[in-house]
Amino acid sequence: MVEHADIRVVHRGGSKINFRAPVISDDSRLLLCASGECVKVYSTSTEECVHHLRAHTDVVTGVVLRPSNHLQVYSCSMDGTIRLWDFTDAILIKTYVIGQPIYSIYASAQHNGMFHLVAVHLQQSTEQLVEARELSVVISHVSSNPAAIAFGRAGEYLASTKGLQLEVFFLKKQKSNRFSLKEENKKGRKNTFSCVTCHPTDDCIATGHEDGQIRLWRNFSHKKEYTYSTLHWHHTTVGSLCFTPEGTNLLSGGVESVLVQWRYNQDTQRDFLPRLGAAITHVTVSPDGTLFTTTHSDNSKSCYTLTAQALLICLYCSRESIETDLLIDPRSKALVMNGKPGHLQFYSLQRDKLMYNLDIVQQEYIYQSDLQQFEVVKAAFNSSGNWLATVEREQKDAELELNLKLWAFDDQTQSFVLNTTISAPHENRITALCFSPATDSQTTTVLVSSSKDGHFKAWQLTYLQYEGPCWSCDFVGAYHGLVPSCCCFSADGSLLAVSFQEVVTVWSSASWELLTTLSQPPGDIRDLCFGQLSCSKYLLGTSTSNLLLCWNLLTCSCKITAPLLMYTSLPTFAVIAASFSSLLSVFVFKPSEPRPIFSQKAVCSGKVMRAVFAPREEMLESCEESSQWLNRCQLYFLSQHMDLMTFTTKAEEDKLMDSSKQLVIDDTVAMTPFHLLLGKRRKEREDSARPYTAGLPMSLTHVSSPSQLLQTPAHVLPSTSYLCSMFVRSLLISVTDNRSVTQYSYSTNTHSSAFTGFILHGSTSVPK
Amino acid sequence: MGEFKVHRVRFFDYMPSAISKMAFNFLSERLAVARADGAVEIFKFTDNYFQEKVIPGRDGRAIEGMCWVGQRLFSAGLNGEITEYDLENLRPKYSMDAYGGPIWSISSNSQGTLLAVGCEDGTVKMFEVLEEKIQFQRNLDRQKGRIISLSWHPSGTKIAAGMMDMIRIFDAETGRATHRLLVDRGLGMSKGREVVVWSVIFLSDNTVVSGDSAGKVQMWDSITGTLRKTHLVTKWDVLALSVSQDESSLMAGTSEGTVVQMQFLQSSVEQQERQWVRTRTFKNHSHDVRALVHTDCAVVSGGMDTHLVVLPLLDQVEKSSKEAKLRKITFPHRSLVRCARKAGLLLFQFPDHLELWRLGESEGQGKHGDCLPVKRNPEKLLQLTRKGEDHICCSAVSPCGGWLVYATVSAVRLYRLQYDNNNVSISRVSKLPKELRTVHQLCFSSDSSRLFASSTHSSVVVVALSNPEVKHLHTLKCKSGSKQPLHLLVPSDDGKWLATANADCEIHVYNLHKMKLHCTVPVYSSCPTAIAIHPSTCNLISVHADQQMFEFSLQQKEYTEWSRRLHKEGLHSLWLDRDTPVTRVAFNPENPAHIILHDTFMFCIVDQSLPLPDAQTKFYNQMTLRSLPAAERMRHSHAFKICKYFQHLMTVELLEDHSLVVVERPLMDIMSKLPAPVRQKKFAT
Repeated sequence: MVEHADIRVVHRGGSKINFRAPVISDDSRLLLCASGECVKVYSTSTEECVHHLRAHTDVVTGVVLRPSNHLQVYSCSMDGTIRLWDFTDAILIKTYVIGQPIYSIYASAQHNGMFHLVAVHLQQSTEQLVEARELSVVISHVSSNPAAIAFGRAGEYLASTKGLQLEVFFLKKQKSNRFSLKEENKKGRKNTFSCVTCHPTDDCIATGHEDGQIRLWRNFSHKKEYTYSTLHWHHTTVGSLCFTPEGTNLLSGGVESVLVQWRYNQDTQRDFLPRLGAAITHVTVSPDGTLFTTTHSDNSKSCYTLTAQALLICLYCSRESIETDLLIDPRSKALVMNGKPGHLQFYSLQRDKLMYNLDIVQQEYIYQSDLQQFEVVKAAFNSSGNWLATVEREQKDAELELNLKLWAFDDQTQSFVLNTTISAPHENRITALCFSPATDSQTTTVLVSSSKDGHFKAWQLTYLQYEGPCWSCDFVGAYHGLVPSCCCFSADGSLLAVSFQEVVTVWSSASWELLTTLSQPPGDIRDLCFGQLSCSKYLLGTSTSNLLLCWNLLTCSCKITAPLLMYTSLPTFAVIAASFSSLLSVFVFKPSEPRPIFSQKAVCSGKVMRAVFAPREEMLESCEESSQWLNRCQLYFLSQHMDLMTFTTKAEEDKLMDSSKQLVIDDTVAMTPFHLLLGKRRKEREDSARPYTAGLPMSLTHVSSPSQLLQTPAHVLPSTSYLCSMFVRSLLISVTDNRSVTQYSYSTNTHSSAFTGFILHGSTSVPK
Repeated sequence: MGEFKVHRVRFFDYMPSAISKMAFNFLSERLAVARADGAVEIFKFTDNYFQEKVIPGRDGRAIEGMCWVGQRLFSAGLNGEITEYDLENLRPKYSMDAYGGPIWSISSNSQGTLLAVGCEDGTVKMFEVLEEKIQFQRNLDRQKGRIISLSWHPSGTKIAAGMMDMIRIFDAETGRATHRLLVDRGLGMSKGREVVVWSVIFLSDNTVVSGDSAGKVQMWDSITGTLRKTHLVTKWDVLALSVSQDESSLMAGTSEGTVVQMQFLQSSVEQQERQWVRTRTFKNHSHDVRALVHTDCAVVSGGMDTHLVVLPLLDQVEKSSKEAKLRKITFPHRSLVRCARKAGLLLFQFPDHLELWRLGESEGQGKHGDCLPVKRNPEKLLQLTRKGEDHICCSAVSPCGGWLVYATVSAVRLYRLQYDNNNVSISRVSKLPKELRTVHQLCFSSDSSRLFASSTHSSVVVVALSNPEVKHLHTLKCKSGSKQPLHLLVPSDDGKWLATANADCEIHVYNLHKMKLHCTVPVYSSCPTAIAIHPSTCNLISVHADQQMFEFSLQQKEYTEWSRRLHKEGLHSLWLDRDTPVTRVAFNPENPAHIILHDTFMFCIVDQSLPLPDAQTKFYNQMTLRSLPAAERMRHSHAFKICKYFQHLMTVELLEDHSLVVVERPLMDIMSKLPAPVRQKKFAT
């Protein structure tokens, strides 16, 4: 198998930003959050991601402002390093190597020059403190959860909770007091600690508990005379606690998705900020107290001031599995998947930003554990993107409620409008949903749904006289009472393939008659897909016995069977099939060939959840054989940590690097989209103005292309003798480049014609 | 087949009365509890919270205020009278009208020289405490509206008075009102209603703490007359406040049944300034907490739900010690049920009447745990309503069932009962000897020919009962000169001995044939809660409030070998950890080695022939023993055979026909008879 050096897996966004609590800069303008292997810097006013601080090689586990310099930030990672950044300019200043996986980091403002660090190792379960790079264990047996440790008033003590024990360690006296709770109180409430925070000016520790109680501990400097009061509003685990900088208020959040503000020392007074969208995992307050940030379990983050709020969302991830699979909206080229409960999210791949959430269920979501509510389980777009079909399901014990909804795209509002709701379209779960591809505007669009009740149904768009278009059932098909698992239309829409366990049936979509059956036991068919363009005669499938199957529909014979350990679905686009094997390597096949055209091992750590081929907005001009499959589309896949990854070629990366440099923003100007646009233009103008004003030979050293030399006015050019040698040198380099390109292009021309639209790059500038 | 046939009696619908006020004497560590029916109970905290004395109530004596002055106990109530109690004779010593309408509160200064009472007519009246009485001194400035609560400044120069909508501060010397602190009314609906300052406390740093009907606990500066801090503690009323002696912790009892603690804490280690911070909330009551006492290591609370709850503050006591356990005292520490063992009758004593029941009969035999079919239902033979305003303090029925006697603080009434098939005829014995005047305990001899009544100075009056005439025979006097009342009076079955126990922890044994003192059992530090004389061996068994048990031989006048062994090896820790005292000792005539004991939550047969359990032995082993084969069983059994099947026991008695009578009063029945508590929003309802 071939490994390709110039194609590599890159991180394209997504990723959890709710993994650790975010940090707000001192002026409340920037928000830093750990996101996968990098730290993202957001602007709090525009919600734009300003910088990525990339250097760590493993998951970033903590971000903390440097107490002595509010423009610098420490980040720690599982790779065993701590890095110091200038976050306004995204510059890495220092790297400290600890050598052990670091789970969380805390800094204290009162210990000048010292660098307090609490590192927790799972094996030894010790906590370590770095002072001028010397480690000393402060508290052992601490929890790996960063919310379980907090610095107290003026850095005098550390509060650490684990299980049922609160330990307060006094740094000056170097002694600790331990307070234990009973496992359950009389009413059967669980007392386990869930989070801890300390009052900024008073000797008061607030702890959250699994039963929803908040305890305020006082007088803990005396071992016996400690006392605590209890606040109780949350009904399940308190997710996060935070004191405001003045200590006048205590903020708490939990599963209820309500931010509760408690008045310190006036326990009965509290304010609520309800309906925040999802369970709160972290609450933080900006150092000036004007901004609250809540991080939610669905990977969204909200900032609240007293009047306005902003919402930062990377990628909603509410559940462990994405039931709808990844889809591409053909119209906006957005990635579509489950979003908020009962919603579909449209996520822009180019900008790494959520576009909007489409409310499918249209029912208020109640945040309560083990309460079953409607969920979107299937979705499909037709090829032009003006119809969207969704299936929602509610499982109440034994009875199942299903709704099939069809949404039409409204050009005026630029969103989907509900057209038809079919309640109980099937008697059992719907296993697959697909639209027929519209080859021209005359043929009617057909939607096929297959269900566990043993039937597949074709739904057709009909035009009623007064009510406009609506959908109705056209055909109900079955095959020997077997359960259909997936269905697929051929590229021209004339054939429909439906798999019934281990049998694939092929139906004519015009007359709904069974044309042929294909079967390749053992193992049930899991996925089905027709080839496109030149490979449209092939039908691809995967089976539960880990085989990749390919049938030639003209001969009805099975062509390729490649034994693969596959566990993700088979995403297909064009003629290329990519598959993920258990060793986390990617193989890219062409249906006509048994040999993979591309393979890469160890694409990411952990499981690959879902993958999808997304078409490119503009075609890439690559000429290498191995990367040709990336020319027209990109393979996106979602890792376990909700990182959205993709494959890029080197050329593409270089282009990206250039564009990202333009995004470095002047610190004095407020970050607005207008600024981004205007600033970009201004910069371009500056760049173009430079050759005229400078007039120095230095500025021309990077004038490499002959065209640029020709366009420049003669009076600003240096002497011809100087230019001549440079011009010749530039030509020398391009010769070697172009030769390699032509060699590759020659070899690809002899290849199958499946790669259409291939452009020979640089052939115009080959010197005679 | 089971060992005993058990009469399980549940028709004694005893209802304890609500607790209205409490006062704690820090010197003698005794707690006085006033109940809604006017009864006053004295609990001795040093002796395992034993209910030492009970002063029966009286109709119309609703106690609203109570305070100790030295060892003297005063109470005042809505009848407008101040009463001092005679704690030696368990009766009010005198009552004195304050002439100010109903009295809402009474408070003494820390020197114990003056009593202040707050009256309905708005006056605070000062009484001077004299040697044997109190004397009116003067009125403070008269206010409009009633005086609900009073508190002296520890120096005795100022008095804070809680009223309607306000608090007044008086100068105790001049009698002038110096400040008028207006208390906010509640919000919303209760805006139009006057707020009642139920409780005030004057702290030594001149802070006045008030608890009011709007649910607030407020801290006021009495020098400037300004409000310092408000704690909204409940949606309902704050009824009681209590502060610890060092004034660092404050408790507030609310209508919701919660007790809220506030502590005077430094906000951080550096800062010296302290402030009151609300800390813990305890909920041990279902109804109003009307009375609160903050002792050094515990909080004692009582209220409408009739329980007296002693809640240890865990930061003040050792965690593993006995004091660390929460204690709920519901039932009196003495038996209210008398049993006529020969006739199979039960006498139930209520404050205002007596009930005489005949036990039912069953037929057939059954295995262990079976329910036998009832042949004849139990039957209420008699309900005897007391005469006069005073409540019944003691009663007795003779073993043959022919005599019935009860006593109030003012009179003793003796009745002759005659049974004629199903009819009962009752006739009062009109002429009683004049020695039967003040009586604390009554009992009959086993042959029903004598009546014993305890009288003043621990003396016992012996009365001979014969049909036409009742004659005073003798008065038995102890030689110790104790003035304390007797609370236990037990004759032996053979009629030779009479054992008595008094509040000074003395046990005297009299020889009834010679009518003189036989011996005095060595005084043990804890008060005896039950004593009995063994019918065959003539050993005296005494069980004390600290759960210790002694066996004293009357012939040898010394502790028996078994008793010595018991104390050498020590009782099992689980036995010592029980929190209700043993209230009755009985014997099994068929097996002289068996002693039957019971407290509220268990009854126990102590088998003197079996080895004593050591610390490692499984103490509650009856269930495991049952599963073992017979041979194994002997090896594992120990002297204490405990049955917890019956709960909330009022009495356990062995009848002549070898059947056991068990009188239960389930707590659920008591709770269901209480009025509805204040409505509270419960989560998820």
